Amino acid sequence: MGRSMSTSDDPFDADRALVRSGCACGRHRSTAEHVRAERTLRCEPVADLSEQKRYEGIVASAVMRAVFPQDVARRVLLKSVGAATALAALSQFFPLKTATEAFADAGPPEKKDLKVGFIPITCATPIIMAAPLGFYARQGLNVEVVKTAGWAVIRDKTINKEYDAAHMLAPMPIAISLGLGANAIPFTVPAIENINGQGITLAIKHKDKRDPKDWKGMKFAIPFDYSMHNYLLRYYLAEHGLDPDTDVQLRSVPPPEMVANLRADNIDGFLAPDNICQRAIYDGVGFLHILSKEIWDGHPCCSFAASREFITTAPNSFAALTRAIVDATGFAAKAENRKQIAEAIAPANYINAPVTVLEQVLTGTYADGLGGVKTDPKRVDFDPFPWQSFAVWMLTQMKRWGQIKGDVDYHAVAEQVYLATDTKKVMVEMGLAPPTSSYKSFSVMGKTFDPAKPDDYLASFKIRKSS
Amino acid sequence: MTLSLRLRAAIVSIVLFAAFLGAWHLATRSSGTTAAMSPEYARLMGLTATQGKSAMPGPLDVGAKLWEHLKRPFYDNGPNDKGLGIQLAYSIGRVGLGYLIAVVVAIPLGFMIGMSPLISRALDPFIQLLKPISPLAWMPLALYTIKDSSISAIFVIFICSVWPMLLNTAFGVASVRKEWINVARTLEVGTIRRAFTVILPAAAPTILTGMRISIGIAWLVIVAAEMLVGGTGIGYFVWNEWNNLSITNVIIAILLIGLVGMLLDQVLARFTRMVTFPE
Repeated sequence: MGRSMSTSDDPFDADRALVRSGCACGRHRSTAEHVRAERTLRCEPVADLSEQKRYEGIVASAVMRAVFPQDVARRVLLKSVGAATALAALSQFFPLKTATEAFADAGPPEKKDLKVGFIPITCATPIIMAAPLGFYARQGLNVEVVKTAGWAVIRDKTINKEYDAAHMLAPMPIAISLGLGANAIPFTVPAIENINGQGITLAIKHKDKRDPKDWKGMKFAIPFDYSMHNYLLRYYLAEHGLDPDTDVQLRSVPPPEMVANLRADNIDGFLAPDNICQRAIYDGVGFLHILSKEIWDGHPCCSFAASREFITTAPNSFAALTRAIVDATGFAAKAENRKQIAEAIAPANYINAPVTVLEQVLTGTYADGLGGVKTDPKRVDFDPFPWQSFAVWMLTQMKRWGQIKGDVDYHAVAEQVYLATDTKKVMVEMGLAPPTSSYKSFSVMGKTFDPAKPDDYLASFKIRKSS
Repeated sequence: MTLSLRLRAAIVSIVLFAAFLGAWHLATRSSGTTAAMSPEYARLMGLTATQGKSAMPGPLDVGAKLWEHLKRPFYDNGPNDKGLGIQLAYSIGRVGLGYLIAVVVAIPLGFMIGMSPLISRALDPFIQLLKPISPLAWMPLALYTIKDSSISAIFVIFICSVWPMLLNTAFGVASVRKEWINVARTLEVGTIRRAFTVILPAAAPTILTGMRISIGIAWLVIVAAEMLVGGTGIGYFVWNEWNNLSITNVIIAILLIGLVGMLLDQVLARFTRMVTFPE
């Protein structure tokens, strides 16, 4: 990524053809290289490119293509006069600046004053930090981020349109769209908030019980029934031979109550979002058994969600919001920005937690609660792309644990709710390089998930709710 | 020489308070015992873990924090962080509105029930059924049907504070002495005039007692409602600080809630004294 403008075509690079040769995203020299990179591809914005520059590149590329339909002619011109001269000449008779601005705006937002709800945990980092660090303002939006008491309340307030969009657990928009635990209302996920960033925390007294096989009869807390936390903990327990419905107790507990309950000995542990895990360690009541990334590296956790109605009534506002979130997520993905972010989101107006705790979560250098200091820069990470295969996986787990009864059209639901195609479009407009596919395979505790065969995957689990 | 009862009571109150503070202070002292840990590890940990500081704050912590809040009660750091003065104003505003609506509904309705034995009997089962319902049980229903969290909070205050007023008004009106009403009748006083000049003054002490019970209930309800819907208010403040496990701030909020509740009660008590008459 060292080359500037490498995400979009640099129309003033004489050595490069415009899109037609090279790969689909324009980031790699050949299609083969693109495909190879694709597997590990993370759609991060390019570091050395300001947004303005990126849009300028795209607009200039389009103009160049219009002025010189033939690549050969363009290259000859560039070779003979040089890129700077060509750009200057081009701007003489084509106001690139205006075009760039018009492109970046892409239609003024129908509604500028927006309310976005969040739950005070580090998963909401991009949604929260976009306010103090100006990512919303840059898209011409005036967004108020409102702290909310719990998942059920954030769901109801978003359904009631008190919020235009909200931070939700990744499975929640699927559950709402399917009418599980609420009236069926079509909801969408234009962006994933964070990947990884959760953990299993146990009470200090269990420090010698590190084998899950010894956990029979223990009580665990999860934040919500329709949460990755629920599915990951159940998965983890089941892989170790425990039936999560009969061998242990799982309780839905709001995150702040988890630490208090752990201290009071009401629960033995929890699979919870961070800063809660780190907070339990900070207060000396628990230790980190494993990070959630040890169950599934790169798993989604929380999502940025909006109702389909909001998209149809205010498509430009929605696109601007998506751009702000994608940008903020890209910013948060970079390790060097994490300290600044921790300081920006720690005050009482946002997460309201000690800065040290947030720093340990975001930088990945943390106390483990047993006297050791560990380092894992990917403890929490940020990647906005709403892979539809994530949604398919969640659906298999919803079926596995009896939340969905009967048949479900995995791919139709995933494509309705996880807006990979629209997000791709937005990312391309922003000059980013989204993945070409919307499904990818991944492995959970060493077991590969093939999004094309969800029913086979589901059938392969021995421990599941008998229905 | 004996001191007046009032002075002696004050001395006992102060001694009790000092004893309470002393016991609290002793109970929350640092234990000072901690497991050995590397400085690098200790830097990442909280005071409870590193210095054996009690998880419960002592009176000195609370006092210092309270002073901090009192110095700047009206700061506004954005939608989720406002000074205690602003939070209390929001809560009092909500309580005031919900309570006023309850007064407007309960007193005329109570009059009607009190004056007509038929309506009284007919409505009795409904009132008895609705009266004991907890505010938090109303909340999901309100949120779901009203579709607006701040109106829901006001509705919940209304629905919980309406019953004592209604019942007391009905009772007060029904138990106005028959002689007085008969005198009014013989003097050919019209129904409306009779209600305002005879029944209202006679029933006023009972009505105000009901209003005093109601304001207490409304203030109890607002904290619970705000903890649930969030946004603003003293209840939200408690929730937000609990979220940060800041027990110090929660204790301060508890103190303030008690103080404001007491003031509201005293105001109504004064009104009650104003309308009380010797028989």
